Parts: sequence; structure tokens; C-alpha cells
Amino acid sequence: MTTGTKEIPTPTVRRGLLATAWRELKRAPISAWFGLAVVFAYVFVGVFAPWVAPYGEAEIVGAQYQAWGGQHVFGTDQLGRDMLSRLVFGARNTIGIAFLTTALSFLIGGIIGMIAAIVGGWLDQVLARLVDVLMAIPQLVFALVLLSIFGTSVVNLILIIAVLDSTRVFRLARAVAMNVVVLDFVEAAKLQGENILWIATREVLPNILPPMVAEFGLRFCFVFLTISALSFLGLGIQPPTADWGSMVRENATLISYGDITPLLPAGAIALLTVGVNFVVDWFLHKTSGLKDGH
Amino acid sequence: MDIESPLLEIRGLRIEGESGEVWHEIVKGIDLTLRRGEVLGLIGESGAGKSTVGLAAMGYARPGCRITAGSIRFDGLDLARLPESEKRKLWGPRMAYVAQSAAAAFNPAHRLIDQYVETPVVHGIESEGEVKRQAVDLFRRLHLPDPERIGERYPHEVSGGQLQRAMTGMAMACHPDLLIFDEPTTALDVTTQIEVLAAIKEVVRHLHTAAIYISHDLAVVAQMADRVMVLRHGELVEEATTREMLANPREAYTKSLWAVRSLYKQEESSRDVVLSVQGVAAAYGRGIKVLEDVSIDVPLGRTVAVVGESGSGKSTLARVITGLLPPLAGTIQFQGKALPPALRNRPRDLLRRVQMIYQMPDTALNPRRRVRDILGRPLAFHLGLTGQARDRRLIELLEMIELDARFLDRLPSELSGGQKQRICIARALAVNPDLIICDEVTSALDQIVAEGILKLLLRLQKDLGVSYLYITHDLATVKAIADEIVVMHRGRVVQKGPKTTVLTPPHHPYTELLLSSVPEMNPDWLDGVLARRAIAAAG
Repeated sequence: MTTGTKEIPTPTVRRGLLATAWRELKRAPISAWFGLAVVFAYVFVGVFAPWVAPYGEAEIVGAQYQAWGGQHVFGTDQLGRDMLSRLVFGARNTIGIAFLTTALSFLIGGIIGMIAAIVGGWLDQVLARLVDVLMAIPQLVFALVLLSIFGTSVVNLILIIAVLDSTRVFRLARAVAMNVVVLDFVEAAKLQGENILWIATREVLPNILPPMVAEFGLRFCFVFLTISALSFLGLGIQPPTADWGSMVRENATLISYGDITPLLPAGAIALLTVGVNFVVDWFLHKTSGLKDGH
Repeated sequence: MDIESPLLEIRGLRIEGESGEVWHEIVKGIDLTLRRGEVLGLIGESGAGKSTVGLAAMGYARPGCRITAGSIRFDGLDLARLPESEKRKLWGPRMAYVAQSAAAAFNPAHRLIDQYVETPVVHGIESEGEVKRQAVDLFRRLHLPDPERIGERYPHEVSGGQLQRAMTGMAMACHPDLLIFDEPTTALDVTTQIEVLAAIKEVVRHLHTAAIYISHDLAVVAQMADRVMVLRHGELVEEATTREMLANPREAYTKSLWAVRSLYKQEESSRDVVLSVQGVAAAYGRGIKVLEDVSIDVPLGRTVAVVGESGSGKSTLARVITGLLPPLAGTIQFQGKALPPALRNRPRDLLRRVQMIYQMPDTALNPRRRVRDILGRPLAFHLGLTGQARDRRLIELLEMIELDARFLDRLPSELSGGQKQRICIARALAVNPDLIICDEVTSALDQIVAEGILKLLLRLQKDLGVSYLYITHDLATVKAIADEIVVMHRGRVVQKGPKTTVLTPPHHPYTELLLSSVPEMNPDWLDGVLARRAIAAAG
């Protein structure tokens, strides 16, 4: 029994979206602030890479494997390219490709998942079993096989990983949408004669958005790591394009000499992953906290 | 009695509740006295603070609430100041709570008896064997079938009414001094309700337990309570013994509480038939038939009420008519033409003509869409209205349901239960339908709000000439709105006809059972009905 069920008009207080966001931010824990700062810093560096980086992406500016300091803050790599500049451009490539891939996988998995939940019946069964089959093959091995069949290009990389990753998104979207499609307002929309796409985007999607956004953050990290792993194995982003995964591999020999330079791109990956997860944790906590009661 | 000190004495109780970081007072200084063995009824509409007071009587404030002032003296202890750990020792052995939904209160993964013995054993009152022996006694007293073995079942294996009785039994396992019943029969059908009421009444009387009985239904409280308190907006409206309250209520508000029972529509007939259902049978999957040979005619501009207990097939009939569940046999004619059985074969114009209003306005409105979109979409979709024409129609619709333009940009969560149901009505009306199927549309609302909705539906029918197929289990609602009645039982129509014909004897035996189970505003009603049924059973 809530207090709001009286038959009198209740005054509503409506805040702007920005004001609400700021109010939430002020109450956010320090970890969320840290995560947001990291994410924004990465995005900034990625977007403005040509201005931030002291040298060009593939420009050979000195001798191989120069030490830290002087003109090159983090030294140079195996071909004499500036390490810092490569890191900066790597942010743009790795994050950009990972973001595109994740967005595509959510588009595919999300829509098909919602449709499976809304239509149900045999279509749902066929789609779900198909996804089960795809998921039965280890993702990295599957990606390696497909990349060697279709050839390694950025477009192929994005498409293949997006499709493979969309199976996970499909499962989540279908599961959360299942809880929504049984509600009367979805039935009411069906009775009006609305088509499936309208029901999916207008009636179901807004109600499953919080878990989907949280999953987006997590998936982004996984995709990011997959791309880095593929690049490390030589099937991901191809040289001379700077990419953190391949940068680790290219400079790996330095480790034997006690030089930590190869760990810099690895560290960049780790830091972003931690940052994104802090933000996701906070977001999940917020939305689950809001969902109690009516 | 007077020499004895009261069991529970609440003085100047104030409770605040939090909503959106602002604290509002929801209980504003309530005094309450309960003697041993007495049953006190708390009534009022939702939001009156009944449940909050009921829980506070146990010294409990639900999350988001806090007791700010007053004392709660239970047998010499002030519960408002007692630490949680001390209160825990009282909860269960000395005081217990029976919630509205027994299905939600039982753990579905454990057998009834295991949940029953938990409290007495944890508190070290009795040994497990002894508790189980007592449980059988109590189950028998609660008229549960097969009392020796019913405890071995899981919650889903017994009916809703049986579960509610089992829960009452569980609350009484430690023989507490105080029991709080929070709307224990509200979710039940009238025919089931009467069994639960009888069982609770007998057990409370037998064990001489003091109880607070919370309900919004005065007729139910009249059967159970010795004394009644009427609450509104967290304040006491009036307090009197049950007989006095029924005989002459002093406050206008108290009188309005049972106004819905006095609502009566003059029945009218009509020659033209808008919907004709002939010999329909339906089943879910390959299961047993839920509907069997159902035939119903809905006259133009009139209301047909479909009455029956849950499981009688009322809602399934609605699903068949709307095309969600194509029938196995039979035909449906709408405005003289055969209605395609499946939803996807119906042209858009036909979908517009048949609209539906649901029982739970909370789930019938998309919580993420504003009123403007909820009402505007059918206007654009079916009538092709856009821009200013649509805005004008939106305002017109809101005025029709007695709301105004301020509501356009609200989310459903910013509306009260009654307002939400009004929006649902507006959504159905938006596209000028010929038939509206109302599925228990007032069952989730309290009586005053329900009365407003019923009056609105009546007025709209008069103004717009729309026909209603009104599904309900509540006979007071039927009297208020119907022209014709169809009584359904186990998927079959057992009686149908004009309202006065169906409501006057001779009845079909099932109609008789249904009618005699509706609580009356007479404290002797329950005992009377039970006595008559006992005689009938014996004879």
C-alpha cells in the first residue's frame, strides 16, 4: 500500500536530464568518479590523437629500442617509432574498433533477442538453439578460424567479432525481454495491431535498457580484450596501424632485458578495463536500487 | 475485562515515510487500545495508513518508514523504544502477522509443515514432534482437508484459500497474544473468502487471541471485529463498536466507504446485438478445455457482466474474443459479420472496434512512456491524427476521464492507481470503439476509487453508446453496472439473462452459492450463512 494512490492530482517535480545526471554524479562513489575520469581521458586522447601525440603513428623518428627520457618519453619501439605516439594512436584504433564492434553486436543480438521473446514459439526455439550451437565453440578459436577463412581486415574483424559476441547479447536480451513481454501493456499493443519491430523498440526496449547498458560496458571490455588478443596473435589489427595488442607482441623481447616498455600498452588495456567496470558497477547498483517497490 | 490492563496501547503514534528524499508524515497521531481476546478492525482506503499502523503495533516500521513519535506499549514493554534484538524475541512467540498474499509469504521450496514448525522450534518453545502434533489439530480446526497429511505438501500443491488458512495456522503456531491480519481475504474469491473468514473467526475465538484485522471492506470487517476504527490519510475518522458503526455511522466519510454497494444501474434492454458468441470451446495447448460450449450475446450500448470465481474461464473468454486464443470450436459474430478467429487475420479497423481494459493498471501501462505517447499512439495508428488535431483529441480524452492537460507529460509512476485506470480507459476510448472488454477493472482498486471508475464507465456508455463486456467476481460491481448477467462455472455458462431475472430466485445452485457468499453489512451474516449451510448439508 503506497501513499501515492489517492484520487487527487499529485504535484510533479520534473528535473532536467542534466540536473538529474549531476545530482546522481555528486552522490556517486569515488570508484565511479575514477572510472569516469579514466574513460573520458581515453576518449579525449583517442579523439584528439593527432594533436596529443608528439609524432606520427608510423613515423620512424630514431634508433630502435631507445631508452626512456629525452625526446621520446617512453623511448622508441623495434622500428624506431615513438612509443608514446603509438600508445596515443593505439587508443584511437583499439577503442574505436572495440566500440564499433560492441555496438554492432548489441544491434544484432538485442533486436533478435527481443523478437525471439516477443514472437516465442518455434522461432524462439530455432534462434535459441542456433545461438547455443555458436556458443559451443570457444570464441577465440572460432574467431581465429573465421579470420583465416575470410582474411584479416578491419571490416572482417569487426563483423566476425560482432556476430560471435551478439550470441551473448541475444541470450541476455531474450531473458530480460521475457519478463517484459508477459506484461499487459505488450498484449495491449499486440491487440492494437502494432508490428513486432514497434513493440520491440517502443514497448520492450525502454524497459530492458538498464541491464542492457550495464552489459554494454562489460561486453565492451571483453571485445576490447579479444581484439587485443587477436592482434597479439597476429590476426587482429595489421601493422603499421598502432594497436595495443600488437604493440605488446612487437616489443615483447624487451621483457628479457628487464625493460618494462611492453607492459605499457598492457597497462593501458588493464586501466581502461578497470575504469569501465567501475562505471558499470555503479550504474548497475543505481538501476537495481531504483527498481524496488512500484 | 476492565480490571485487566490492555494488551496493546498505542498513544500518539506518528510515522513518516520517505519518497524522493522527502519525509512525509503518513500516520498522524493515532491512539489505539486493544484488550486481550478482542478483535479490532482497521478500515480505510489504500494510503490510509492501515498496514503501517498494523505493522507498528508489532514495533516494526517497513524500510523507508520511521516511527517519529508516540509509544507502543505491548504488555508493559514500549516497542517504539525496544532494541531490534528484543523485538525479535517477541515476533513469532508473542505476536504474528498474516499477510495479504499467502502465496508470496510462503517459501515455495519447502513443505508447509517445515515452515510451520520453524518459528516454535527456533524460539525453543516446543519440540518438533509436539509442534507437528499441534499443527494437525490446528489444521483440523481451520477446516483444511486431510489435516494429517496436508502439511507434507508444497505451497503450490494447495489452493489459494487453503494456503491463506495454512498461513493463519502458522501465525498461531506459538499461540501468540496478538495477531495482525492484513487484508487476508482480499485476493480471494467470495466463495473462498467465506471459508477463510469462518476459519479465522473460529480459531481466534477458540484460542482467545487478540487481533487487529485490516481490510478496506467494511462488510468483511463487520464479521470479524468487535470494534472498528476508520482511518483516512493517517488520521482516525471515527471509532465505535461494530454494531454501532453499522447502525449509525457518524462521519460522511464512513458512509461513503460503502457507497459502491448502493450503486445500482437501472437495467435496460436493446434489440440489436453487437457481439454474439456461439458455442465456443477453447483450451491452452493440448490441455483440458477451459471453455466448453459458451454462448453469449452482448446487446448494443449495454453491459453484459460475466461473473464467476477464478478458474471459471472468464478471462479466457476475453482472450478468445480478442483473438489472442483462437477457439477450438464455435463462432464469434461482431456487428453481424463473422470475426476471424486469430488476431493476425483481423483487419486493423476491426482491431480498433474491440478494445480491452485490464485488471492491473500498473502492468497495463508501459512505465517508460508518458501519457502523451500512451494515448497519442492509438490516435496516430488507427485514426491517422497528427499535430494539433491529435493534441486537441488528447485534451478531449483527458477531459472525458475527468483529468486535464497537466497529466499529458506524466509517467505512469506519477499517477495514482485510480488515475492509471482512467488512462487505460482513455486509451481504449481513444479510437471510438464499439465494444470494450473490461477484465476486473475495479478489482485492484479500493472502494471509493472503484466507485469513481464505475460511474465514469456508466457515463461514457450513456454519452458514447459503447457496449461493455464486464468480467468480474464481485457482485456489488455487477449490480452497479450490468444490464445482463452471465454466470460462469468451470468453463460453462450456468445461468444467463437480464440482471433482475438472474438476481431474483429461483437461482441455479452455483449462482445461489455465489450470491450467498457476498458479505453483507450485518455482523451476524457470517454465522447465519454458515448455520444455514450446515443445515442444508445435514438435510
